[in-house]
Parts: sequence; structure tokens; C-alpha cells
Amino acid sequence: MMDALLLARLQFAITTVYHFFFVPLTLGLSILVAIMESAYVRYGNDLYKRLTQFWGKLFLINFALGVVTGIVQEFQFGMNWSEYSRFVGDIFGAPLAIEALLAFFLESTFLGIWIFGWDKLSKGAHAAVMWAVAIGSSLSALWILIANSFMQEPVGYVLRNGRAEMTDFFALLANPHVWVQFPHVLFSGITTAAFFVLGISAWHLLRKSNVDFFRRSFQIGIIYGVIGSVLVILVGHSQAQHMVQTQPMKMAAAEALWENADPASMSLFTFGNEPERRDVFAIRIPRLLSLLAYNRLDGEVKGIKNLEAEYEAKYGPGNYAPPIALSYWNFRLMVGSGFLMAFLALLGLYLVLKNQFEGRAWYLRLMPYALFLPYLANTTGWLLTELGRQPWIVFGLMKTDQAVSPTVTAGMVLTSLVTFTLLYGALMVADVYLLAKYARSEPGKEDLIGLPDLSGQGGE
Amino acid sequence: MDLNTVWFILIAVLFIGYFFLEGFDYGVGILLPFLAKEDRDRRVIINTIGPHWDGNEVWLITAGGAIFAAFPNWYATLFSGFYLALVLMLVGLIVRGVAFEFRSKDKNPRWRSLWDWLIFVGSFVPALLWGVALANIVKGVPIDASKNYVGGLFNLLNPYALVGGLTSLAGFTLHGAIFLSLKTTDDLMERAHTTASKLWLPTMALIFVLVIWGYFATDVFTRLGVNPGLAPISAGAALLTMGWFLRTRRHGWAFAMNGLGMALTVVTVFLGLYPRVMVSSLNPDWSLTIYNASSSPYTLTVMTVVALIFVPIVLIYQGWTYWVFRERIGRQNSLKY
Repeated sequence: MMDALLLARLQFAITTVYHFFFVPLTLGLSILVAIMESAYVRYGNDLYKRLTQFWGKLFLINFALGVVTGIVQEFQFGMNWSEYSRFVGDIFGAPLAIEALLAFFLESTFLGIWIFGWDKLSKGAHAAVMWAVAIGSSLSALWILIANSFMQEPVGYVLRNGRAEMTDFFALLANPHVWVQFPHVLFSGITTAAFFVLGISAWHLLRKSNVDFFRRSFQIGIIYGVIGSVLVILVGHSQAQHMVQTQPMKMAAAEALWENADPASMSLFTFGNEPERRDVFAIRIPRLLSLLAYNRLDGEVKGIKNLEAEYEAKYGPGNYAPPIALSYWNFRLMVGSGFLMAFLALLGLYLVLKNQFEGRAWYLRLMPYALFLPYLANTTGWLLTELGRQPWIVFGLMKTDQAVSPTVTAGMVLTSLVTFTLLYGALMVADVYLLAKYARSEPGKEDLIGLPDLSGQGGE
Repeated sequence: MDLNTVWFILIAVLFIGYFFLEGFDYGVGILLPFLAKEDRDRRVIINTIGPHWDGNEVWLITAGGAIFAAFPNWYATLFSGFYLALVLMLVGLIVRGVAFEFRSKDKNPRWRSLWDWLIFVGSFVPALLWGVALANIVKGVPIDASKNYVGGLFNLLNPYALVGGLTSLAGFTLHGAIFLSLKTTDDLMERAHTTASKLWLPTMALIFVLVIWGYFATDVFTRLGVNPGLAPISAGAALLTMGWFLRTRRHGWAFAMNGLGMALTVVTVFLGLYPRVMVSSLNPDWSLTIYNASSSPYTLTVMTVVALIFVPIVLIYQGWTYWVFRERIGRQNSLKY
């Protein structure tokens, strides 16, 4: 029988990863749809209106699941992690409440107007409403990452009355962790939306359906994808350098680096023995990790064993290493899919500039599969972020096993875990069914629900 | 007035916003299977709340976040204590939100009837559970010296709380029926009006039972005294007046009076609790109060500034959406959901 702690962690992992299937697309696509609609307002070209409506409909189907699974996120801190909530509530509750007040209201209220307001508002006002939705989405990401950043790198607090209390609100906002993590998430959202648009457009272009429409979609998607995928790597690089400074154990685990090294080599492939803290087989590139960590060819990167000794001296006896194999492989999958996306986007840009992409069937055949790459990168990125922080729930302040609700039994957590997992699974089937149906449909000839309904008969 | 009290009031305000706004869209969801005769009717009913339900629900999310930020111990005890009830409520809110967006995006009648059924269940469950939760909070639940809830699910399912649940269910359904009387046309409006008129008496009876029983089951009314004060008396007056407005078919006034009645009921509950936020049935000293459950003065100050700036802004733009979509909706209208 698993204990409540393990089940609560499993539930957090499942509900969070699932929630984050939908969030990046919301982030990136809200901005893209707002850009398309602004182009319609600016140029009055009907093509841009159809682009707005086609991609807007897919946005809505995705958005619904992001919203409802977000409610679980807010509730489960109190439900499963009541000791955590008591310990950090003075700090952690504030960004959550502000997220709801600043971002959720904006996003939800204006999306309602956007869906229903096509014939009630002027063109310009309607486009502005979509910008409000996009700004709301990005603000929501910012505030939840301000909260998450406190767990990674606590700042602006004092330990008092048996808990962490806020002493400087602006230190929370200025937390350096926020300003590497937020752009990384935002650009990953932009990349996700770009590959979503590219995959679906390529599918249509291969079939020569609505060529004008999907050619323009593809061109927009490529520009968006190059911006997103290149910037996500550059920001990711700064983020990793910041991690070396502030969470060296996470970096050591992500690199399976057992001992301090100067200069440090980077692992291309490591098959290790985790309990004995040693490599079984490894291919390493000399000096590369130092170069990535410090932008020069030497410099010490700390190893797992040294950090374990350091933390035992600082925090007392205990296990201070995160799950190493998981951290290592999640990191590689994230970085690998990130670089693959940047390569595909730049290649696509080259083909678009040479006006050749419609003839390259192999490229168009590849892109619908590339749609899954951002999802892989988003998921493995968060798994690294959260698993790599273990055993801490708040780095250096509170361990995960101290954070769980003391009076919630394993049976109760199991009940909710099974309930949410089954429900989420069923909803995923419905969501993918609808996304696939509308993604394949002919623009302007879908059921016309959520769109101006000229026949007065809607989807009937 | 100290900031702890300010936040106690602000959280009451958030709950009033939530019950007033999402109350009618729960009611609309509950009435969906009963008032519609065919698919087009069901779409009309859903479209009356289409632009609003999601924004309304944010009042709940914000209330939850505000409790976390201002009173972390209240958040921790309430959410870990009412665990299985909250799982049930979350399931309801999840299926309901998805159903609104998904139900009309496919023409298959079985697809649509599945999501319609989920809209009903997802509206029914929270409408019922909020009454159960509030009745338990005022009645008191087993909370130990370290602020943890030590009862089970069945502590929450006592007869008094169940009457509370039926009352909120009836009140929200009535709210939804009046809202539909205001937002629909022709025979659908007639059916909504008839339903509202029929629901009024049972709702009043449930409230009456809840209040009388409340004198024995809780200390709320004893604390307020024989003359319970302006809030509960005005609540009763508003709900009685609503009956007269319904009879004379003045639905706008009836809606306002029901809303006022709900708002003043929340005020009464919070007045009866003050300065407690959760009553311990084990030992009065173990009750959570706005002092032993609260955040630090610094956090409360920050949050007060944020709330004073942004709550009015939210009220303005949400008010604007009700203005934009003020017209009644009929079968001939273009329907988005």
C-alpha cells in the first residue's frame, strides 16, 4: 500500500502535467490569434478574419480544459499539502490571489465577450478584447511563476512564528528566478502554438486543401516558430547558468555529474549506477559543461557527492539528491526536442524564404509529427524543474515529506487520484476528438459555432 | 478597523459576488433538462449564460486565493478537512466548464445529451454542496488544537447541513429561473416564470426551517441575540418581497430581491461567525479566527492595496459585459454555444 505522501505527489504530478498540456498552447495561441485579428483590422483582408476564426476555434477547445484543470491546481495545495499551505501561505497565497484577481478575471471575462461579441462590438474593439485575453494569459503565467519561483529560490521572507513570512513583496517580483523562468515558459508557449499551427497547416497543404489559407498560416507559423524556438533556447541557457548558481544539485542531477569538476565535461550519454553514484558507461565532451555554465572553458561545476556532503553539513543528515536518472533524461529530452524544433523552424524559414516549402513533401509530412515535440519539451521541462528540486518543496526551507496534510488518509488521496485520472483521461479523448475534427475541417465551413452565425441556424 | 477584519469583509464580498453571479448560472444549468423541449431550446438556455459563466466562476477562484493569501490556516484546514466534498465539487466544476464549450461543437444527439447531462450534474453538485459547507462552518466541525479537521466525510453529512444544502440548491435554482425569465422570450420565458413562481414557496419554507433550526444547531443566532439585527431581517424582507414581484411579473425586481436576499444571508453568516472563520465543535478555544488563522500584517497590507485597486476595475469590466449582452435571447437569434 502506498502512503499518502507518495499518492499526493503522484496526484500533483499527474494533474500538473495534464494541466500544462493545455496552458502553453493557450499562452502562445492567444497572442497569435490576437495578431491575426489585428491584421484583419489593419488591412481589412477577409483572409485574416478567417484565420482568426479558424485558429480561434481551436484555441477555445484547448482553453476550456486549461481553465477547468486550473481550478484543481489552486485547490490541491490546501487539500493535499495543508502543512505546506500553513508554512508558506503568508507568501505563496498572495501571488495566487493576485493571479485570480488580475489575470483570471481578465482572461475569462474578455474571452466570453470575444466568443459572443462578434456582431456586438466594432472590429477594433473586438480585436482589443482578444488582446485582453492574451495579456490575461501571460499575466497568469507570470504570477503563478512568481509563486513557483519562491519554491525554487526563496527571497523576501523571514522565518517567524514557525512559518515563512513575507518581508518584501517587491523582492518576490524581482526574484531573479522569475525573470529567467517566465520568458522561458512564454517562449515555450509561443513555440507550442507555432508547431500546432505548422503541423495542422502542413497536413492541409499536403492535401492541397485551401492552399491560400494554409500557406499564409504556415508562413505566420514559421516566423512565430523561429522567434519562439530560438529565444526559448537562449533564455534556457541563461536559466541553466542561473541554476548552476542557485540550485547546483538540480544541475548536477540533470548532468549526472557525481564529483566536482573544473573544467567540467558534459555528458552526451550516461548510463549510470544511481545508488553507487558512479557511471557505468558515459560519453562526455570535455569542457563543454564549464563553457555552458560560465561562457568560458573552465570553471567549477559542483558534483552530486560533494553537494550531498555540503548539504548534510548545512541541513543535517538526510538524503539531498533528487531522482538522478529521471532528472538526467528529462533534461535531455527537453533540450533535444528544443533543438530539433529550432532546427525544423529554421529549415522551414529557409524553405519559406526560397518559396519552396509547398514542394517539399517530406518536410510537410514531417511537420504534423513535430506537433508533439513542444508537448514533450514542456512536460519534461516541468518534470526536471519540480523533480530536480527534491527533496525540498521550498528549496532549503521545507522538505516535501513535511508538507503533506496530516489528517488526509492514503485512501482519500487514492480516491481523488483515481477520480481525477479517469476523468482527465475521458476528457482528453473528447478534446482530441474535437481538435482533430476542427483541425481537419475546411476554414469557414466548420459548424460555425463560436463564430458569426449568418444563417441564424448555428450548428443545427 | 484592523486589516484582519478588512479581509474578513473582503472575503464575504467575494462570496457574495460568487453566489450572486454563479448562483444564477448554476440555476440555469439545473433547469436545463426541465425547461427545454428540444435542442434549440437547450441552446437558447445555455447561451443566456454563455458569455458570463466563466467570468462568474472566477469569483470562486478569487475567494479561494484570497482565503489562502489572507488566512492560510483557514485555507489549509478547510480544504484538507472538507476533502472528499471538494473532490466532488471539483469534478462538477470541471465537467460543467468543458460541457459548455464542447456540447454544441458536434451534431450527434448522444454527444449533446451527454454534455447536457453533465451541465446539469455539474451545476447541481456545487449548488448543493455550498449550502452543506456553509451550514457546517457555522454549526462547527471537529477541529483539534493544532487546527486540523479530525472528522470524516460523514461528519459533514448531518441533517442540519443537508437542509442547508437543499436551501442553497433551491435558492440558486430560483435565481436561475428568474434570470431565465429576464433573458429568454416567448414560451421559454413563460416556463421559466412559472417555475420561478412554483419554487418561491418551497425555497422560503426551507429558509424558514434552516433559520429556526439554526437557533438550536448553531450559536450564530444566539450570538446575534433575540433581535438579530438589520442584515437577517432585511434578508427575510427581501425574499418575501421577491414573492410579490414574481406574482406581478416584475422579474428585474424579483431578481434584485433574490440577489439581495442571498447577499444579506452571506452577511448574516459572516456576522454570526465573526471573529471566527471556522468553529471547532470540540473546544471553542480551538476555533479558527481572523487572528490565529491570518497572514502577517505586512502581507495583509500588500493584499489590501492590490484588492482596493483591482476589485473595482473587475466590477467595471464585468458590469460592461452584462451591458453588452443585455438583450433577451430567442430561438431566432444567432447562437454561439
